[in-house]
Amino acid sequence: MKKNWPLWEIFVRSKNGLEHRHFGSLHAADAEMAMENARDVYTRRNEGVSIWVVESKNITASNPADNGEMFEPAQDKVYRHPTFYDLPDEVKHM
Amino acid sequence: MSEKEVKNLEEVFEARIARDEKIEPKDWMPEKYRQTHIRQMSQHAHSEIVGMLPEGNWITRAPSLRRKAALLAKVQDEAGHGLYLYSACETLGISRDELYEQLHSGKAKYSSIFNYPTVTWADMGAVGWLVDGAAIINQVPLCNTSFGPYARAMVRVCKEESFHQRQGFEIMLTLCRGSEEQKAMAQDALNRWWWPSLMMLGPTDAESVHTEQSMKWKLKRKSNDELRQQFIDQTVPQADLLGITVPDPDLKWNEETGHYDFGEIDWDEFWQVVKGHGPCNKERMNARVNAWNNGEWVRDAAMAHAEKNANKKVAKAS
Repeated sequence: MKKNWPLWEIFVRSKNGLEHRHFGSLHAADAEMAMENARDVYTRRNEGVSIWVVESKNITASNPADNGEMFEPAQDKVYRHPTFYDLPDEVKHM
Repeated sequence: MSEKEVKNLEEVFEARIARDEKIEPKDWMPEKYRQTHIRQMSQHAHSEIVGMLPEGNWITRAPSLRRKAALLAKVQDEAGHGLYLYSACETLGISRDELYEQLHSGKAKYSSIFNYPTVTWADMGAVGWLVDGAAIINQVPLCNTSFGPYARAMVRVCKEESFHQRQGFEIMLTLCRGSEEQKAMAQDALNRWWWPSLMMLGPTDAESVHTEQSMKWKLKRKSNDELRQQFIDQTVPQADLLGITVPDPDLKWNEETGHYDFGEIDWDEFWQVVKGHGPCNKERMNARVNAWNNGEWVRDAAMAHAEKNANKKVAKAS
């Protein structure tokens, strides 16, 4: 009964004030090992000040095949952007 | 899906790549694109992993603490590069175990340069200078390749690789400025690594079977012969600076072309090594397979430990 180490996704905050960003993935037996491995694999040169590890199976991803219905409706909603509104030039600071 | 629908998808796909759009793992892709990427990325990952072996050999015998720390860091980087690339490859739906299985069974290849032995300390210099130098030439264009995970992994690899080459050149420089014996050792290393390094950039364009398709998918941006010429043009002046001689009597600057002309490469040797008959093919594969097999109980124990801990947590919570 062979069990492979599960896959983990690694997110790193490169410095305080910035968000955690996806850096890549790796295999580890548990969260603790994933953290230790993430440190060695993704932050050998001061790339980060904080690490998140998330087991890959816990991520639900959108399907690119559905991109049309997911994202296209936003395209015809120009009124969500400030430039949609016509204002006279005399109006300042707006 | 009908044949016509697939053809339509393929056209849309090729057009996306032509527009320099990136392809991400869950996007539709032609099966051949997937297979080609698994082949190339895994070959690349395997090369990083096997590439640790000829150098690991010298860590305990490095001549100073400075050299030892650098070599250790370099080998650690290579393990890291292998891991970035394996992960990127796994996004295409192949498991890490399958990838290892392909390496260990000989189905997947790795760079044939690692089947040459590293017999003196100068080889650590020559490998860093020439082998990593050739690797960088190969890898830099891949930072712009069409498959997102591969391109991202390559950006990281390229950033880290530059120190590898510089530390190698520094070793060569120190030897060349040392005693007569040390300089002779550097020359001997250049003699042995020069031709294999040229071969490392792959068969001539006429012989290269994958080039055309790979160019289209941006898995390749320059042909093998172009890359080889680039490597020679930038490396020969570095050898001059070291004061050692490139072992090629036909090597000559060509004023007209603005490139170096060079001698005939022994492609029989290249194919022999690729087919498994190089000086260290067996040794490398044995080391790799033993490491994997002997580590099995550790992997299983770690998994059992993790499961036990997880069960404990559940028991506590209930």
